Amino acid sequence: MSLFARTALALALTFLYAPILVLVAYSFNASKLVTVWGGFSTRWYGVLFADGPLIASALVSLKVAALSAAIAGVLGTCAALALDRHGRFRGRGAYTGLLYAPMVMPEVITGLSLLLLFVGIGLDRGIATLVIAHATFATGFVAVVVGARLKGLDRSLEEAAADLGAGPARVFFGITLPLIAPSVVAGFLLAFTLSLDDLVIASFVSGPGATTLPMRIYSQVRLGVNPEINAASTLMIAAVGLVVLAASWLTGRKASAA
Amino acid sequence: MKPSARSDLAGRLGRGLVRGLPLLWLGLFFLVPFAVTLKISFSSPATAQPPYLPVLDWQGGLEGWREFLEALDFENYQMLAADALYRDAALSSLGYAALATAILVLLGTPTAYAMSRASARWQPILVALVIVPFWTSFLIRVYAWIAILKPEGLLNAALIKLGLIGAPLPILDSPFGVLIGLTYAYLPFMVLPLYAVMSRLDPALTEAAADLGAARVRTFFTVTLPLSLPGLAAGALLCFIPMVGEFIIPDLLGGSDTLMLGRVLWSEFFSNRDWPLASAVAVLLLILVVGPVVLFREAELRREEAAEGRAGEGGR
Amino acid sequence: MPDSAPPTASAPLLRLERVIKHFGAHRAVDAVSLDLAGGEFFCLLGPSGCGKSTLLRLVAGFEAPDSGTIRLGEADLTALPPHRRPVNMMFQSYALFPHMSVAANLAYGLKGLGLNRAQSAERVTDLLRLVRLEGFEGRRPGTLSGGQRQRVALARALARQPRLLLLDEPLGALDRALREETQAELRAIQRRLGTSFVVVTHDAEEAMALADRIGVMEGGRLVQVGPPRELYERPASRFVAGLLGDVNLIAGRLGPTEPGGVRSVETALGTLCASGAGEAGASVVVAIRPERMVIGGVSAGGLTGKLSEATFLGDRVRYRVAMADGTSLRASAALPGAGPAPSVGEAVTVTVPADAARVLPA
Repeated sequence: MSLFARTALALALTFLYAPILVLVAYSFNASKLVTVWGGFSTRWYGVLFADGPLIASALVSLKVAALSAAIAGVLGTCAALALDRHGRFRGRGAYTGLLYAPMVMPEVITGLSLLLLFVGIGLDRGIATLVIAHATFATGFVAVVVGARLKGLDRSLEEAAADLGAGPARVFFGITLPLIAPSVVAGFLLAFTLSLDDLVIASFVSGPGATTLPMRIYSQVRLGVNPEINAASTLMIAAVGLVVLAASWLTGRKASAA
Repeated sequence: MKPSARSDLAGRLGRGLVRGLPLLWLGLFFLVPFAVTLKISFSSPATAQPPYLPVLDWQGGLEGWREFLEALDFENYQMLAADALYRDAALSSLGYAALATAILVLLGTPTAYAMSRASARWQPILVALVIVPFWTSFLIRVYAWIAILKPEGLLNAALIKLGLIGAPLPILDSPFGVLIGLTYAYLPFMVLPLYAVMSRLDPALTEAAADLGAARVRTFFTVTLPLSLPGLAAGALLCFIPMVGEFIIPDLLGGSDTLMLGRVLWSEFFSNRDWPLASAVAVLLLILVVGPVVLFREAELRREEAAEGRAGEGGR
Repeated sequence: MPDSAPPTASAPLLRLERVIKHFGAHRAVDAVSLDLAGGEFFCLLGPSGCGKSTLLRLVAGFEAPDSGTIRLGEADLTALPPHRRPVNMMFQSYALFPHMSVAANLAYGLKGLGLNRAQSAERVTDLLRLVRLEGFEGRRPGTLSGGQRQRVALARALARQPRLLLLDEPLGALDRALREETQAELRAIQRRLGTSFVVVTHDAEEAMALADRIGVMEGGRLVQVGPPRELYERPASRFVAGLLGDVNLIAGRLGPTEPGGVRSVETALGTLCASGAGEAGASVVVAIRPERMVIGGVSAGGLTGKLSEATFLGDRVRYRVAMADGTSLRASAALPGAGPAPSVGEAVTVTVPADAARVLPA
């Protein structure tokens, strides 16, 4: 079993990383052809940085990601607090269902139905609709991350603060929030990358002038492998890698301090 | 109301806000949209803005409502039932999702087991290695497979060089390409819940089984696996549900004849601009995934209750 | 019950009246009434799950009672939230705020007391001196040893100078050696400040070492309240007798009251003399502490049996005597001097002084 399990693990990790490594490697390929290695070159990064529309889309994506992650951060933290600290209130099951359903819901459904709502209430499609849509499906993820930290938090810390005369507001802002802060930041970062990543929902709810980076990339890759997109992907992978490192450093530091 | 230490007005207000804010947001932007979709699935397409009829005339009063309701019909659903395309798409969506889930179980179980048996120093590193691709763009990860799978791609080049095949295999744009993509993209969703359960199993349990003479394989199948079933179920549903409605993978890795509901919905909406029919497909898709979601929630709730019950007995 | 009267005649500091608390269908605290005097050191003793911690949390305000009242002096605390109650609590986990320094932890409760900055700083210094942690003000709780954390938790709970301090297993997380030392320290601090302490513990030895009075809880009920010695020597039930220490229980039937209040009890081992109340003819048990049993040679008279086990315990020897009816009795005695000690297998007699035997309901 052990050898078998080890082999499966190695296989799974190879499976997970090989395509990414291939992509990164070919972003430095001088040749435009996939199967031909034309030598090392940063040529496609030059092409990328000269691509005005692509950079404009990247800026749209960053803006939408920041705004929607901020909203999802607040909503998800609230939801996690309600579920962990309010005991067994009526409708708790429905509440968790509503919170977690957007996480597994096929994106085509979420995207289409949000678009129909926006058209129905006459809201013009653009940055605002993108932000609303992304905040909606990221809230559950934030709630999961923050909820995990809340579950591990010693309840008597908050009780001790109340016992020492602190009212609910002082307990929350002085004790609870500082102690769950790393998980709130981690949840924010998760919501941020989820927003950066989304193609399907964005395609439904965005309007002219609000083309996100994944939408731009998708319109290119439908036509086949494209070395410029390889370069853009490599940069995004590097950026996400940095964010993940930062997040694990944040949570790791907290874990060792507690 | 009986005297309660928690009945502070400010506290109650804060609690109401904390609980109500997410509820309000998700109600408005998750539940209401479904109602709108349901309504439009009963409408008819039109060359207008918005491209469907009827549109409710708010000034029309009760008469307006009556006209509005009368104009709604089941035409789109009749079309879904009559045209074999939609039935085939639904069946093949379920088929792809089921097959990919089975592959994920076979690949994910030994992977998660190996992770849970790794040394304490390695476990967080392995977990991070499984999570990092999940944080990396889904679209880019699926796109990366095109270069590998296409006829003149790396996989075929390697196979030809090894002399295993004479001519390139058409893996890209085939059902096989879709299955590879699904397995690849959803592997972390299967491994992580399984690992979460397996890593929490008391190592003394497997040691006890070994002490009682069970070989490692028998220990795995009689102790580890049965106790990991909750994680296995969670992982399988976490993968199955979104896979049924998957769009990017069949679109990029499947051929033009790959039928999946997500793709049908997309093309009804974007290519045919038939919003009402796209809505009907969305409702159909929702019905297909709601069953597993409900089952999953039930199992979760039962587990939570059992866990809380145990904790309650142990406390004070 | 008359037992629960405080040692002083003045009005009680804390008064619980028929306090009831359910968790679901489980009755965690069952109609507990209790008066506590100012300056008293009180221990709530019981096995885990007996409701002692819940009772403490009811007084602190973390749980609301289903019925009953909780008063402190003249004030009714029952409906007050924890942060408005003039009592403080030391938590079993210590609950030190990990993101604050020791000084910030100690000063946390001082906000809202109307102290200026200098007064606050002075109070913190006093508290650090009280628990002998001068120089630790800048440290984070995570960098302290278990004993140091325990003292910070105690100091923090005392910062607001409460009239009543609640302590949930305050010594539970300390190792044995540190425990005895800390018991004495806790006692000294309580004496010096004159604050009433209510300590929850499951350790009878600790309760006897600390408390002026002990309240024993069983299944949510307060079953006996009294000074340690009284509980040890005159337990009201088999449960209390067993909780406070090792005890021999011999079943029998109660005889009539004899002159001097002594009762005779017919047991399978013979007739025993004991003290206690009850109707003649009732089924009872006689409880005798092992150290009150006297083991002697066959000539000494008393209950006869065979010595089946003698265990050397350093300062004393523990004996087990097999009786004729198949039961066995435990006795313990200081190390025998020069005289001949009974050896295992020998026939011995066991005598029970009448004042050492206590009649309890069966």
